[in-house]
Amino acid sequence: MITRPVALLLLGLAIAFPLTLLAGRVWIDPFASPVPNALVILTELRLPRSVLALVLGAGLGAAGAAMQGYLRNPLADPGLFGIAPGAALGAVLSFWTGLAGTAWLLPLFALLGAGTAMALLSLIAGRSGSALLFTLAGMMIASLTGAMMSLAISLSPTPFAMSEIVTWLMGALSDRSWNDVVIAAPLTLAGIAVLLRTGPALDALTLGEQAARSLGLDPRRLQWLMIGGTGLTVGASVAAAGIIGFVGLIVPHLMRRFTDGRPSQLIVPSALAGALLVLVADSVCRVLPLQSELRLGIALSLLGAPFFLALLLRLRRELV
Amino acid sequence: MLQAQNLILRGRLDDVSAAIRPGEITAIVGPNGAGKSSLLACLAGLLDPQSGTVQLSGELLADLAPQARAQAIGYLPQSPEVAWDVSVETLVALGRLPWRDRDAASINAALATMELEDLRQRPVSRLSGGERARALMARVLAGQPRWIHADEPLANLDLAHQQALLGVLRAQADAGTGVVMVMHGLAEAMNHADRVLVVLEGQLLADGPPETVLDLATIQRAWGIDARWLGEAGGRALAY
Repeated sequence: MITRPVALLLLGLAIAFPLTLLAGRVWIDPFASPVPNALVILTELRLPRSVLALVLGAGLGAAGAAMQGYLRNPLADPGLFGIAPGAALGAVLSFWTGLAGTAWLLPLFALLGAGTAMALLSLIAGRSGSALLFTLAGMMIASLTGAMMSLAISLSPTPFAMSEIVTWLMGALSDRSWNDVVIAAPLTLAGIAVLLRTGPALDALTLGEQAARSLGLDPRRLQWLMIGGTGLTVGASVAAAGIIGFVGLIVPHLMRRFTDGRPSQLIVPSALAGALLVLVADSVCRVLPLQSELRLGIALSLLGAPFFLALLLRLRRELV
Repeated sequence: MLQAQNLILRGRLDDVSAAIRPGEITAIVGPNGAGKSSLLACLAGLLDPQSGTVQLSGELLADLAPQARAQAIGYLPQSPEVAWDVSVETLVALGRLPWRDRDAASINAALATMELEDLRQRPVSRLSGGERARALMARVLAGQPRWIHADEPLANLDLAHQQALLGVLRAQADAGTGVVMVMHGLAEAMNHADRVLVVLEGQLLADGPPETVLDLATIQRAWGIDARWLGEAGGRALAY
């Protein structure tokens, strides 16, 4: 169903998308005389980059919305499950072994990392379907992969590999090609499709786990859908762009007030708003007059941290 | 008929068997930690006992698909949790999830029964404890279940709303719905239940009509207090 916020977001995307294609180091003015190589810049550099921004932003937004619904917590983030750190560890290993230079291998390693984290998560959380156990397992995996990542960095074979790893971890969409789109887009869209199926179960969870089960929720099925959906969206996003934080936290939060409060109604608006946020943030990174381009992951964290603080302060006021 | 046979749940239920009839109000009473809520959850198919079975109209509850079970049994948990700040109407509509629809007639009927029509659009965060309890009960009624399992439904209600809710549950029972509820008030159980199960330390201490079951010896044994009943049948009060 197309609600008003959904329609507005679609309109925003329809306006922002062509504009972001024109913005960058080289501004392309469609009404002025053509810039040299404009077509190449548009089709080979900006278009894949903007498409990737749309797709990854949508995946992270949808995953965040589903995650907050699943954990019944407005502070939950897709990073909590340890899937993003798992994917990052995979990517780091590809740098470490020097295989990252070969086409397809970096995203493949990242996806393998995400897959391993997902498998571990389902193995530890087991068949109980308890969200608490699930979260704790995710946090354990996140801290384990974080430690292994630091180990890999500290044992880097060359200073060059170390700097490559650190830069990559900051998350960015610069120098991405259609290859990255071909890898990330189908996986992310499949992930969003899986997450959309969680809707009714997440709505039931509004009343707590036991009441949700009494309404017909199958906790194990929901757990599988959550692992599959966040694994695909977050794994694909890390594989294509490194770690891009805060989108999954901020976006569902901003969109919640425009819905009737049911988690199922939040997934589509969050996907659209996530796409818009990443698209615009990436363009801003591109046009900022800095010596080297601001990394998207850093930009979003700079934006996200104050937002997170404001959220915490508001929660604190509500608690008092 | 809802039939529990030899339910064993480690540390909580110890060989409990009971047959509960539709069209009646069955009260589960007992001191804190006796296993009342566990028994109710087992009867609703929400807790799997280590051994023993629960049958709903001759079918094993554990074998029913979650959706079919949800359509048959409406369960009201003890905790009044509502994670998101939805409106009363949206909250009540969640009761339609087992049917995968948002049937307006059922939702409106539930809102009317619980006297919530004026609060329909109000966010849950702005309800009083009693209003929230009524909205949560309306959520159960919206699913039009054949069985209503409620864990201390009277807990957050003032006297008038307790009486009103008991009236609603009586009407449901008279219409053929099986009502099973955990309660603490022995006078309410005495005056309003058709049948009382007394649970003590995970075992069924007594099972039968309230006048027989809630005798002073049983009350002394289960709760450790010396009490006496005052008043006439239907309007009894417990003095201690």
